[in-house]
Amino acid sequence: MSKIYVSTTVNGRPEDVLCEAHQTLLDLLRDEIGLTGTKEGCGTGDCGACTVLLDDRLVCSCLVLAPEADGKEITTVEGIADSQEGLHVVQQKLLEHAALQCGVCTPGFVVAAKALLDKDPNPDEKTIRYWLAGNLCRCTGYDKIIRAVQDAAQELTPTK
Amino acid sequence: MSNFGYVAPTSVEETLAVLQRATDQGQRTQILAGGTDVIVQFRSFDNSHRLFVDIKSLKETNDVRIENEHIFIGAAIPSGVLNENAELKTLFPGLLEAADLIGSTQIQGRASIGGNLCNSSPAGDTIPALIVNAALCVIATNEGTRTVPTENFVTGVGRNCLAAHEFLLGFQIPRPSAGTGDAYLRFIPRTEMDIAVAGTAVSLTLNHDGICERARVSIGAVAPTPLLVSSAAEALVGTTADEDALQQAAQACSDAAQPITDKRGTVEYRRKVVGVLCRRAGAIAKDRALSNRNCE
Repeated sequence: MSKIYVSTTVNGRPEDVLCEAHQTLLDLLRDEIGLTGTKEGCGTGDCGACTVLLDDRLVCSCLVLAPEADGKEITTVEGIADSQEGLHVVQQKLLEHAALQCGVCTPGFVVAAKALLDKDPNPDEKTIRYWLAGNLCRCTGYDKIIRAVQDAAQELTPTK
Repeated sequence: MSNFGYVAPTSVEETLAVLQRATDQGQRTQILAGGTDVIVQFRSFDNSHRLFVDIKSLKETNDVRIENEHIFIGAAIPSGVLNENAELKTLFPGLLEAADLIGSTQIQGRASIGGNLCNSSPAGDTIPALIVNAALCVIATNEGTRTVPTENFVTGVGRNCLAAHEFLLGFQIPRPSAGTGDAYLRFIPRTEMDIAVAGTAVSLTLNHDGICERARVSIGAVAPTPLLVSSAAEALVGTTADEDALQQAAQACSDAAQPITDKRGTVEYRRKVVGVLCRRAGAIAKDRALSNRNCE
């Protein structure tokens, strides 16, 4: 079968690519578009390393077929930092709290945590833990990540 | 040369035509909604060639219609979207909680109750909750739509009543009458994101004297398919759904279960737990029914 034409928007930039029906959005991002910030962990939707926003909804890009991206807007970790202001507060706080070691899970955590703070700028610890339960980290034991997200929330809404 | 295909039809007629053509040509088709089961299975152990037919571009599969008699819920709506619908949450708290139990935030951005049903796992969490709400599965066929009660949809482990040229459009659920409450509970050894060891859904309707006039009880993960347990419902009807009645319904669930022993639990354990869940879900459904008695 011939390749499928996909016209999509990634981090605000239009991308026109050819893909195969059985490729995933993760394959499309990494292999066709060259955005390798999004990582493959498990490939079965358990670990969240490949988390991206698809039309403003958090998804595992390993569980989206590449042709499904047609006409959609995708945000990856490369689209989180503001080119003018530098790192997003979530990224900055992950650094400050040393909330990563190997870093494979970090892009997924960044995208997921930012999505949470966009939706709920003042989440409690339980909300953060449940929201990020689909992101696995084998290095940190999670506490540093949770504290970094709490700190980021604090910075976004200092009245808390 | 890859023999995979992907199409995203935009009408029911087009979808049926695509399915019929592929079936006639002997090509395997795979309906794709959220893909959280389909793509995992495809990548893990069944990577044979097929045509993916994405049904997310159809109006019908994304529709929520809340009408006087019935509520329609499209088959492809992600559970994360459903759980943002306050009206649905008020109407069917148990069903929406069941959907909310499945997977992480990321999975809930994609996974649908239609997909959960069509995956036809014995442990699909939303299936008992659909059954107790008397949901009818609305199926698109070449002859128009046909409906099947949810309790008759799943025919075996991973099997259901859909023919190759048919697909699920959504669910038609009767509007709960005043004094109705539903609940679904499952047991898993973790706090979340696991497959049910056992699950029980209960829906009951109490009259103004607090007497149960109607009940439906369904159990999951304890038989090849989710089961409607009419003996458990009979134990509740005519009572105030008090401790004794709930205990009898629980016993009926344990008796109706036909579980297997696997890594998640033994036959004996599942039999016991499914009854405990019935008692507890029944108590929640009763509380909800009591608080719904005055809102007609």
